[in-house]
Amino acid sequence: MSENTITVRFFARLREDLKTDQLAVEARPGLTAEDVLSDLASQGGPWAQLTGDQPVMIAINQAMAKPGAELNAGDELAFFPPVTGG
Amino acid sequence: MISVQTEDFDVAAEYAALRDSGGGTGAIATFTGLVRDSGDLRGVTGLFLEHYPGMTEQVIQGLIDDASKHWNVRKARVIHRVGRLALCDQIVFVGVCSAHRGDAFSACEFIMDALKTSAPFWKKEISADKEHWVEQKESDLARYKDWK
Repeated sequence: MSENTITVRFFARLREDLKTDQLAVEARPGLTAEDVLSDLASQGGPWAQLTGDQPVMIAINQAMAKPGAELNAGDELAFFPPVTGG
Repeated sequence: MISVQTEDFDVAAEYAALRDSGGGTGAIATFTGLVRDSGDLRGVTGLFLEHYPGMTEQVIQGLIDDASKHWNVRKARVIHRVGRLALCDQIVFVGVCSAHRGDAFSACEFIMDALKTSAPFWKKEISADKEHWVEQKESDLARYKDWK
């Protein structure tokens, strides 16, 4: 990963559907988690579900975050379905 | 103490470790969750459990800290298994050691209810001909909300 990127991680159903557990996106001023979701969803195919009807949970640096949360270079962003442990 | 592990656990050993915590302990409550044959699917033969390493442990520690603010918690132990599990296997253990039974029961139940709706684990049910990522249940969310 270069210094100016954000690591994006996917778990569970999203990881399987997208056939990706991790990728990197370029950081830019004011970039939010919601922007990353929209950018990725615009690729279409399975990616479209990121802005679809099913809820997508967001974590930034391993803490739950809101869609409008701003990102900084070096952050770890994660998208995943609602949790179902226990 | 929190463990996320593929290996099974021994409830008797965990109970003994919780019990060994001095003369102020008056009660220990424990909960163990097992793999059941029916959930979203019928004829479940096993589960696959995934987690978010690092975040999972932090979230569970936060839940234990929350429980300790509300109830007398002398010691708490959470074990959650991940990977492939078979029918009747143990999935999760929550044990709380306290001065009084009310605190032990409540803290144990709270940690378990909160874990189900906030710790990043995901469960996939496996049957003879299907695999299915389990959906979060409204009833689980409602149970957690009742604690607030």
